[in-house]
Amino acid sequence: MTTMALRNTGTLAWRTLVQIKHNPFELIDFSVQPIMFLLLFTYVFGGAMAGSPAEYLTFALPGIVVQNLIFATMNTGIGLNTDITKGVFDRLRSLPIARSAPLAGRILADVIKQAWAVALLLVIGIVLGFRIETGPAATLGAIGLLLVFAVALSWVSVLVAMLVSTPEKVQIFGFVLFFPLTMASGAFVDPATMPGWLQAFAEVNPTTVVADAVRGLLSGGPVAGPVTWSLAWAGGLLVVFAPLAVRAFRRRI
Amino acid sequence: MSGMDTTYAIHAEGLVKRFGETTALDGVDLAVRPGTVLGLLGPNGAGKTTAVRILATLVRPDAGHAEVGGFDVARRPHEVRGLIGLTGQYASVDETLTGTENLLMIGRLLGLSRPAARARAAALLERFELTAAAGRAAGKYSGGMRRRLDLAASLVGDPRVLYLDEPTTGLDPRSRNEVWDIVRGLVADGVTVLLTTQYLDEADQLAGEIVVIDHGRVIATGTPADLKSRVGAQTVTVRPAVIDETGRIREAVGRVAAGPVDVSGDVVLAPVSDPGALAKLVRDLDEQGLAVAELALRSPSLDEVFLSLTGARA
Repeated sequence: MTTMALRNTGTLAWRTLVQIKHNPFELIDFSVQPIMFLLLFTYVFGGAMAGSPAEYLTFALPGIVVQNLIFATMNTGIGLNTDITKGVFDRLRSLPIARSAPLAGRILADVIKQAWAVALLLVIGIVLGFRIETGPAATLGAIGLLLVFAVALSWVSVLVAMLVSTPEKVQIFGFVLFFPLTMASGAFVDPATMPGWLQAFAEVNPTTVVADAVRGLLSGGPVAGPVTWSLAWAGGLLVVFAPLAVRAFRRRI
Repeated sequence: MSGMDTTYAIHAEGLVKRFGETTALDGVDLAVRPGTVLGLLGPNGAGKTTAVRILATLVRPDAGHAEVGGFDVARRPHEVRGLIGLTGQYASVDETLTGTENLLMIGRLLGLSRPAARARAAALLERFELTAAAGRAAGKYSGGMRRRLDLAASLVGDPRVLYLDEPTTGLDPRSRNEVWDIVRGLVADGVTVLLTTQYLDEADQLAGEIVVIDHGRVIATGTPADLKSRVGAQTVTVRPAVIDETGRIREAVGRVAAGPVDVSGDVVLAPVSDPGALAKLVRDLDEQGLAVAELALRSPSLDEVFLSLTGARA
């Protein structure tokens, strides 16, 4: 039964990834948009924020990676909602396969896409002048932490997908939720200059703690605190949203 | 597996399903013998799709129970899924995948090895004349092609029981005929088919037995011929050779008619019940020297049967 579940999950993850071949827009979504953000933030804000683009890149790259990662979790929900509204889920559910596979396959595929986006941003960051001051182990640790956080947060996206009627609504909801969440944080600026109430929010914001953890793991600096907080956020999101999402999933389909 | 009779490929008793205030199914019984086609006929919202979804293990009934191939759909869903193929009302192929990839995915999900899944996909694409489009995304297929791919997808696992939920809705007549031919071929191979349709001629063409449902209840069961004979009267239609004689032909038809005579366009028609009516009419027309271009006696169409069974709602 478990080998079947794993194999079914692998097949359905393949199915999600092979779509990229036929829908190049998805690749643009995954690659061009974060690269554009990276270039704009570095060269437009860099000088004003930190004296020089290179200086700012060191601070902002982890923030940009985290912001992109958070937005990309909505793709899980958009894909699931599309499958349900188009009837693909009915076909899958009428087959003798593991019940968990459609959900697990989608999440696995999206983690692979996330890993690709993170790696791409790091490489382009390095081309632009970002330097990893730590080592390969810490770098892998940073990528691992990002992916763990992405999986935990994707349950929010699954829940939203089960509650709304169309994929477009998942997208709108994600934007409204995640745009303020990622901006009102320490991802792009030091929260010290924000008004007190916003500063308080920014400091506990998961965007901030994950970006800080990635900064620590790539550039050196405090690691233990932000990594612990990041994992706590991941755990909290998982504990709250995974059961809600699974319940909504069972009810919807 | 249970006490129920396995002489039926599909056997449902007293199926009830409610969605909030709406009762989609209100005690439906169905029995389909192996290797036959049952047509589930009814207007939109009659409960046809809900019945199929229950039998395909996609939703649980609120009451009643159903067995497919002897397995209870609620208690042994995994075994039922191993026997069935489902072609939904809305083509449920993945539009972003190619024809080959869609079939490959299902083959792999059903446990075929990669080469076996490839071979199966190629064979099905060939059989459904989709080989030329095999490498194109299904979203770019025409309606008929997509329906054929959907049918192919439901056949990857060689199902013994096939559910076709309005398989030709929205198709042009040619594509519809193609789907019909495919279904006939499957039945010839021994597959049991449950077909839902709003089209009476479709049920008439394919189904050996028809169950008419309306408002979630079975309102009639029988062969197409049974249902037609239930309405009784046949209709005589006469097309005058000379338009000016329509009035006199109408009078002649009136002398043998069992009900009111109608003139529709240039055709005179009326219900008849006397078996000798046609012969009497021919003699009468001949004696009066009235020439006709067309004279026919026909059984009621299933549409007429359906209208009379469901009242004004069809």
